[in-house]
Amino acid sequence: MARGNWPVEHLLRRAGFGASADDLIRFEDASVSVAVDYLVEYDRQPDDVDSKIGQAAYVGITTGNGPFAPYTNIEHARQRWLFRMVHSQRPLQEKMALFWHNHFATAYSKLAGVVSGVQATKMLALKRGELPGPQGQIELFRQFGMGSFQTLLFEVARDPAMIVWLDGRTNFRARPQENFAREIMELFTFGVGNYTESDVYTAARVFTGWNLRLATPGQRNDDPNTYYEFFYNPNQHDINSKGFTFAIYPNGSGTIPARPASEGMQDGIDLIVALARHPETARRLARKLWGFFVSEIHAPEPAFVEAVSREYLLNNTEIRPVIRYILRSPWINDRSRWYTRYAWPVEFVVRSIREIGWNGLSIDTARTPLTNMGQQLFEPPDVAGWSLGPEWFSTGAMLARMNFASQLAANQRFNLSRDAAVARRTPEDLLGFFMNRLSPAPYDSAPYNELLSYLRTGVTWPLSDANLTAKSAGLAKLLVGSSEYQFV
Amino acid sequence: MKISRREFIRDGVAAFTVSFAAPAFLNDLALAQGVRSRNLVVVYLSGGNDALNTVVPYQDQFYYSRRPAIAIPAGQLLQIGSDSSGKALGLHPRLAGLRTIFNEGRLAIVQRTGYANSSRSHFQGTDIWGTANPATTSGLGWLGRYLDTLPSPVDALAGWNSTRETPRALIAQRVAVPAIPDARTYSLASPNGAAEALNERNAATRIASNAPGDRPHLSFVNGSLIGALSTLDRVASVNTYAPSLVYPNNGFALALRTVAGSIARGIGTRVYWVQTGGFDTHSAQGNAGGGAYANLMGTYGDGMFAFYQDLRNQGLLNDTLVLQFSEFGRRISENGSQGTDHGAGGVMMAMGGMVRGGLYGTAPSLDPASSNGTLENNGADVRHETDFRAVYARVLENWLGANSAAILGGNFLAGAPAII
Repeated sequence: MARGNWPVEHLLRRAGFGASADDLIRFEDASVSVAVDYLVEYDRQPDDVDSKIGQAAYVGITTGNGPFAPYTNIEHARQRWLFRMVHSQRPLQEKMALFWHNHFATAYSKLAGVVSGVQATKMLALKRGELPGPQGQIELFRQFGMGSFQTLLFEVARDPAMIVWLDGRTNFRARPQENFAREIMELFTFGVGNYTESDVYTAARVFTGWNLRLATPGQRNDDPNTYYEFFYNPNQHDINSKGFTFAIYPNGSGTIPARPASEGMQDGIDLIVALARHPETARRLARKLWGFFVSEIHAPEPAFVEAVSREYLLNNTEIRPVIRYILRSPWINDRSRWYTRYAWPVEFVVRSIREIGWNGLSIDTARTPLTNMGQQLFEPPDVAGWSLGPEWFSTGAMLARMNFASQLAANQRFNLSRDAAVARRTPEDLLGFFMNRLSPAPYDSAPYNELLSYLRTGVTWPLSDANLTAKSAGLAKLLVGSSEYQFV
Repeated sequence: MKISRREFIRDGVAAFTVSFAAPAFLNDLALAQGVRSRNLVVVYLSGGNDALNTVVPYQDQFYYSRRPAIAIPAGQLLQIGSDSSGKALGLHPRLAGLRTIFNEGRLAIVQRTGYANSSRSHFQGTDIWGTANPATTSGLGWLGRYLDTLPSPVDALAGWNSTRETPRALIAQRVAVPAIPDARTYSLASPNGAAEALNERNAATRIASNAPGDRPHLSFVNGSLIGALSTLDRVASVNTYAPSLVYPNNGFALALRTVAGSIARGIGTRVYWVQTGGFDTHSAQGNAGGGAYANLMGTYGDGMFAFYQDLRNQGLLNDTLVLQFSEFGRRISENGSQGTDHGAGGVMMAMGGMVRGGLYGTAPSLDPASSNGTLENNGADVRHETDFRAVYARVLENWLGANSAAILGGNFLAGAPAII
């Protein structure tokens, strides 16, 4: 097993969480187009990753007291998602779930304060069939994340988690609540500059009556067997016509007609369709996808934005053909794009575990470090999502990355030194071994020589067993904690 | 050409340069740049603070008619007298500590602060308060531009950010302001024993000292790495700080305790950033002076009061100025969910030993009539009276001794409230 198929490894970092040892074998001679098919047509791979949780060959979980309950316990839900990122045979499905989680950023803590921690976890992470109730928001992203954006937007608008998060439940006819109305335009679709304040007020009226209710009225909402479900309340819907400054209908009209309350949900559907198909929404999504897949170092190329937004509109807002188009394009595959995207904390953690190893490791080890790096899953800082790119790299967050590298290296020191024993003869051998095991961006000669210098310090070569363990762990920490490793 | 971190962030192609100061020099550097000198603590109430329930014009009948559920009964308010327009004002009942500071003449309250065409977006609004330029939400921050005026090389701890993400206000060209959300965990771990751990730390410092011109993004991350490695020891010294009283047990107060420790230890920091969130009160703000908003006020007021007393007990109050702001005020009329939506004009406060306490600016009339010039947006929102940059200018000139016109890109001193 050796690295060498650099174009495919690059794609696996961008559209997945980096190449595992198995991937390196599987894709040793694969072309880019084979790899893209594998990534994009992920329905061909089994969806059985959750059944591996708890098995010896996989990264561990920590349940504390009681059984593993990722549908009612948010810490367990975080572990399950990280487990999926480490081991899923459908890495792009998890990658897109992460993309949409940041796009429709919804935080557990507010939900828990309103509907109880049990219901908040169900709203975010329940898989169908685990307990009564609709699937959680993250499952919705897994199901619809590669489908039509128009459908996704509709599903999100009536998603119980979103209705609590952006206060749709208090959007009443007599007193419209603007929170969701503003964000569906500012953040979820075409962005600032395409609407006015009056459009915000009007959109709030459009969504009056989009509410939720407890399935078993009167029951305590911390009972895991009850649940909240979407509920359109016609009595709270504003039935008057609603005029926007932008076109709602293909004929150019910006006015949603007055309708009887019983048909009032159509108002929201009309607005969602208009927003999803708006050319500026297409461009804004294209720019976001550029940052997510192509580069954060290079600004989005106008030709890319035009081509991708055209692809999006031609395909009726379907995301899968858009992603396939991007992954096959020279924009992402040109080697000038390699290592030009800043790794998100969860990407950093998952990739480092996949490369360093997980034998005897619990994924829960990453919980506090991820918070210190600035990314707790299901807890984005606000509805705009995380601040990406260089903004991940405050000194405190960088320190947290170095310290996670240290913690992981300490945990895996014996596994590492056993594997590295073949390279104990010279510092160059040992460094070469780790450069093959890990996937940092290339080192310039000065830091490369500093790495060798570190290996020479305080020991004699060939390494004794004790020194092999110490230097393997120390080198793994230095590599994973270096700037070169913070890019994908 | 020097390129800022933020421009680098936006454009991505330019070279980011940072001068690495060797750790050994840092204490001398800190001394040279003024240990125990004046420092500024900026407190950000994140989410858009409801200024009208912080400082209440309780004799305005429209305050009660437009806020039937969330108005605070006049009898509960903490009286602070009347402003220059004769409007009687009361502080939220959970701000008892601030009222004490006010009575001691060490709290200045500046009403109706903001800017024309106030953004109702949290993100734009926060960026505008950060850049101090309503026309741009990107680029350097006003505090960053101040730090850039310090003598070279700028000490890595000239700024101290107690949140995880660096706020725009602290984005500087010549220094990466460290993010220190918790000083106790601001240390470097090792998988090995002490001697090897030192080897690793030295190696990490040398590896990160590489600043490749062809990969400025790598230089940028190396800048953060060096920033962390070179400040570890001084930050650790704060952990042994014993405050003179017990701070409330919440993130805001504990961040202020850490700041007090840093000031007491003479770390040399000039600008601190502390924030507390939850002010986006769209629903269930609470009734009769209680509920969610009262808890927010309690967190803010109790933390500030503990900080004030601690600094006073340590004899450091005269070295310190606290400046509080939020990205906007909230709408005057409550919404259907007993909350308030995004508004415009807000309230700023300044606290410290050298502050000229009192009420600055005038309260709005809350009468929605179109003839009422103190409101905007058809009487829905409070119109600003004092440009927030005037307050910044006063602080820069009279507290930090800086040239505010150069930093703010214009002279805003005319009519600036004389809070310091």
